[in-house]
Amino acid sequence: MSLELRGITKSFGALVANDSIDLRVERGEIHAILGENGAGKSTLMNIVYGLLKADAGEIYVNDTLQEINEPSDALAAGIGMVHQHFMLVPVFTVAENIILGHEKSKRNGTLDLDQIRADIKRVSDEFGFEVNPDDLVENLPVGVQQRVEIIRALIYDAQVLILDEPTAVLTPQETDELLKIMQKLADKGTSIIFITHKLREVKIVADKITIIRRGKVVGTAQPSASQEELASLMVGRHVVLNPDKAAHPIGEVVLSVKDLAIKDHFGRTIVKNVSFDVKAGEVLAIAGVQGNGQSELAQAMINLEEFVEGSIKLGDDEIVGKSVKRALDDGIAFVPESRELDGLISTFSIAENLILDRHDGAPYAKGINLNPKVVKEQAQEDTKLFDVRFQSVDDPISSLSGGNKQKVVLARELSRPVRLIVASQPTRGLDVGSIEFVHERILAERDMGRAVLLFSTELDEVLALADRVAVMYRGEILAIVPSTVTPQELGLLMAGVVHA
Amino acid sequence: MKNLSAAELRRRRGVYTMAILSLLAFIGFGLIPASGRNVTYGFILDKEWILIHQWVIGAKSASQLFAGIAMLGSIVAYMQFRARKTIRVASAITSAGLLMSFLSWAAAGKFIPFTGLLQGGLLLSVPLIFGSMAGVMSERSGVVNIAIEGELLAGAFASGVIASLTHSTTWGLLIAPFAGAMISFLLALFAIKYSIDQIILGFVLNVLVYGLTDFLYKRLLIPYQSTWNSGPTLQPLKIPVLWKVPILGPIFFDQTIIVYIMYLAVIFIHLSLFKTKWGLRTRAVGEHPTAADSVGINVNRLRFKNVIIAGMIAGFGGAYFTVGAVGSFGKEMTAGEGFIALAAMIFGRWSPWGAVGASLLFGFADNLQGVLSITGTPIPSQFMLMAPYIATIIAVSGFVGRVRAPAADGAPYKRGGNA
Repeated sequence: MSLELRGITKSFGALVANDSIDLRVERGEIHAILGENGAGKSTLMNIVYGLLKADAGEIYVNDTLQEINEPSDALAAGIGMVHQHFMLVPVFTVAENIILGHEKSKRNGTLDLDQIRADIKRVSDEFGFEVNPDDLVENLPVGVQQRVEIIRALIYDAQVLILDEPTAVLTPQETDELLKIMQKLADKGTSIIFITHKLREVKIVADKITIIRRGKVVGTAQPSASQEELASLMVGRHVVLNPDKAAHPIGEVVLSVKDLAIKDHFGRTIVKNVSFDVKAGEVLAIAGVQGNGQSELAQAMINLEEFVEGSIKLGDDEIVGKSVKRALDDGIAFVPESRELDGLISTFSIAENLILDRHDGAPYAKGINLNPKVVKEQAQEDTKLFDVRFQSVDDPISSLSGGNKQKVVLARELSRPVRLIVASQPTRGLDVGSIEFVHERILAERDMGRAVLLFSTELDEVLALADRVAVMYRGEILAIVPSTVTPQELGLLMAGVVHA
Repeated sequence: MKNLSAAELRRRRGVYTMAILSLLAFIGFGLIPASGRNVTYGFILDKEWILIHQWVIGAKSASQLFAGIAMLGSIVAYMQFRARKTIRVASAITSAGLLMSFLSWAAAGKFIPFTGLLQGGLLLSVPLIFGSMAGVMSERSGVVNIAIEGELLAGAFASGVIASLTHSTTWGLLIAPFAGAMISFLLALFAIKYSIDQIILGFVLNVLVYGLTDFLYKRLLIPYQSTWNSGPTLQPLKIPVLWKVPILGPIFFDQTIIVYIMYLAVIFIHLSLFKTKWGLRTRAVGEHPTAADSVGINVNRLRFKNVIIAGMIAGFGGAYFTVGAVGSFGKEMTAGEGFIALAAMIFGRWSPWGAVGASLLFGFADNLQGVLSITGTPIPSQFMLMAPYIATIIAVSGFVGRVRAPAADGAPYKRGGNA
């Protein structure tokens, strides 16, 4: 089945999210749509899937005009979608989730799940998915949940499958498996629209690439194009993907962690037997799949965790047991995992967010009052230094894009005198341009002789920035390896596989 | 046992607490008090098959006996816990033992109409059960229903007035759901269509119904009482054969039609919610409305429908206050029962049977307090009134496990809002 979009236009107020987009996907083709966050990819796909209504434009399925006003229209036309945020009810079983919206009832009015169980088994066996229809979705790993979504689309005869950022939540291994599944589906005639901003995956799997920037199609490319070319098309200017990591003299130990164990409120052990050093002028990356204790370990560095045993030494000072404020004053910059939740106060202004850590001392405070003039001047200066794009420093921080928010966090954290930078998932959800900025900044800090502890789930990021890589698995550090490690080896370590 | 999950730790804490309470009851009710007084439990209400008139036993020995049962219950609970089996039955036995141990102490030297105590407890829980069913219906589909109180009161008012005007309890019963639905229509309209904060909205609706019924009561029902406010009441119907079962028969099967409809409503709501297409969709829009929308379910229409039905259920429950009990409408006669129904729904973890259990507990405690305040007890009756709520707080704060509301409860759904 072929799918063609002609002149799709959609605006939200003054923002034109899709500006006259044309696109054609052939039968059995994997068509990648590449674009930064906010380029309008998701809007476009929500229009195709009937979740949003286009202001103008037409959708053709097999060269006949198709009205799609509701998701049910899209399903009927053979268009299925796997959303970035899964459309699965966590407290339902796999079968219940799949039958939802297509329910069949028995004679006595109760739900009939037998047929759907059989269908799930059939599709699951065909693709080797190993999905049990009666498992609760919330107990399944993310990768399996995604397969449930794919099974659903296949059961309801999707000929065109839209995958919206499908690899964002997957481990490297799961990603590779998904790419194989996509290939298999395409071979069987399913057309796939693959939405992503990850260049490596596009090059592996796509037949054709369309690049969208600021709501417009800015070009098409072949998978043979280099990553740099694709990135430049995406961002609209030349982009440095692998920042220069010059060899650099490494100084003495700045951070020394010994026999660290962290428990949660229920007394469960989250982190155990963790020991490592970070030296001045060095980036130590803690790699690992989400949820293996990295978040807690990062928080413990400035004493945000409650139940900590062992020792964290910054120079000669013990951090464990000190207040967060003391830890920060001792010279730690902390970039939290979630800038929206932990890094910033969304209703505060940009200027206020920039002094969250130092609002109580001179020159920002005068007695019990803040000195708004100084606060504002400092904000102007900081934002300039870190290239934050905004209208006024009095605007709420929530008016900024993700990249600019992260720059505000960095500006605040790095304007203290620091010896150690703890950065947790610093580029999560950022666009290529902002990622480039953050990466360069981290390397610049390293070159100035600061110690950097980087927590990241992104293989590419780890390899681009780290001098050494520690892999976390189930709360422990499995191995510490030099940055010359191959992505394959690192991927295996992240999955808990240690070579003899 | 090592590596217990949070839920298991909580369960273990619950088991320990039960064991300690049983021991305390044994000492406090069974050993310390002076001996020599008897407690009399009366069983007979009507003409059951087997006549067990009453049971006279020394108050101390009764307390010891029941506390002993509670201790056994907690030991069984512990063994079940070790074997990783459900401790529900054992907990229920322990709780009942504790309660009876207390009762035997509190009523030493007195007569306790045991069957009547339970029957009255069931009656007092009728509006709570209807109210909490309305809560389950509405909140399972994602709309917070604080307006249960108003729906109950509207139902009580309408059924009382109509029954009085028509001299017919049937008309009174028939009109009650529509009165409740009128209130829930307002809730649905503003909460779903206009995304007004559901807590504030529900509260305002309650105040609206209070004000409106107060006004009509003063201006219409008091001056013209004989026409407007002197309706007939429903008479109990005995279910053939079943009502003759000793103890249970008179409690469950010698009641008004409202109670029988309640049994059916609970069973029907439970089955519908967990076994039918409607139930699956209802739970889906309450948990993950975007997912429901993406498979072609009209989220807001379903929510609208469910909120209206919820109002009808609560409205019907409101009829219990007038045609089901005293006949005439009294100012603010629901007296906060709607809020207690809400608490029962939460205590019952948004499940129909759980809500019924909690409602029964509240109703029973309320009636126990009434009975004891008449017979006279060593402790002030106000403290007795507090007991079920203290039990609720303790239960909700730790022992029933983490209480989890439907994930999208209270969040208005708009497409493309926050997916």
